[in-house]
Amino acid sequence: MTGVLPITLEEARKIVQALLLSGKEYVCLMKLHGEATEEQVKKVLKEFEDTIYQRPPLRASVKRRLRTRKIYYIDFLEMEGRNVLFKVGCEAGTYIRKLCFDIGEVLGCGAHMQELRRTRAGPFVENGDIVTLHEAAYWFMEWQQQKDDKILRKFIQPMEKALALVPKIYIRDSAVDAVCHGANLTAPGVLSLETGIKNGSMVAVFTLKGEAVALAKAVASTEEILNMEHGVVAKTERVLMSRGTYPKCWKSGET
Amino acid sequence: MPRTVVPWEIERKLLVKTEDKTNPRYGYKPEERPAEDYIKYGVINLDKPAGPTSHEVAAWVKRILNIQRVGHGGTLEA
Repeated sequence: MTGVLPITLEEARKIVQALLLSGKEYVCLMKLHGEATEEQVKKVLKEFEDTIYQRPPLRASVKRRLRTRKIYYIDFLEMEGRNVLFKVGCEAGTYIRKLCFDIGEVLGCGAHMQELRRTRAGPFVENGDIVTLHEAAYWFMEWQQQKDDKILRKFIQPMEKALALVPKIYIRDSAVDAVCHGANLTAPGVLSLETGIKNGSMVAVFTLKGEAVALAKAVASTEEILNMEHGVVAKTERVLMSRGTYPKCWKSGET
Repeated sequence: MPRTVVPWEIERKLLVKTEDKTNPRYGYKPEERPAEDYIKYGVINLDKPAGPTSHEVAAWVKRILNIQRVGHGGTLEA
């Protein structure tokens, strides 16, 4: 098993964008090509706990130009001979195979990635609600037979779970359908919001029931939005809720 | 050197601008959606088997659940 792979079903596919951009954590088994002491390895791992430069590998799905990626942390776990086990928290799009190669270069002895398990993708972690394909298939069959919705919740999470790390803006019922039709969110519709929103931040627009309405780009900070009485606070980028879920409360012809 | 800000360690507070209520006639709390909608707006935190690609695994899930479309949150290597 290679770890956390969130699978988005039907309409929930629209939040994939948010997941792809979110940070990841891996447990990695790295194999050294020569001798190195635990001290040396720990020291070099620490050096990589920073913003690093990476050129995507030959077999990559993106343009191969030098780019920077943040390594949030590298925790040394254990070492046995030439095998080094560590945990790394990193920005989306960090190539761990490349990271191992580079660690090997700095150590001087060379190294390669032997095994990799993803322990986090954004808010999804390997403990708790993770399921195998077999478990998913089993629970689905059970649900079909028993028609007990509690069984569904054993292996499917609401898509809102995937947005747990995205700062949220909660809006009035009366503002929901306009956003569902692609309208930008304006100040009068805002009821509450989370700290840490900046101009340009991706935000999740939520109802008071905790349903995701849309992904949007904030055009003001948390503090500014709190004090705004009119005007656009976030530009709607991806509508998640279907139109007509909430009543239409806006006049047609209005821009 | 202090650790850079780790996205999943950020604690956010909720600040209230105006109070209002939500009408129970419309929408559902995510965990109370009727089964069909619950699946339609659902995500599976899957422990990916080694070997098949993420794309193949997603296709299997699609077949198992007998649904039209699935997506996945990124291949392991990127």
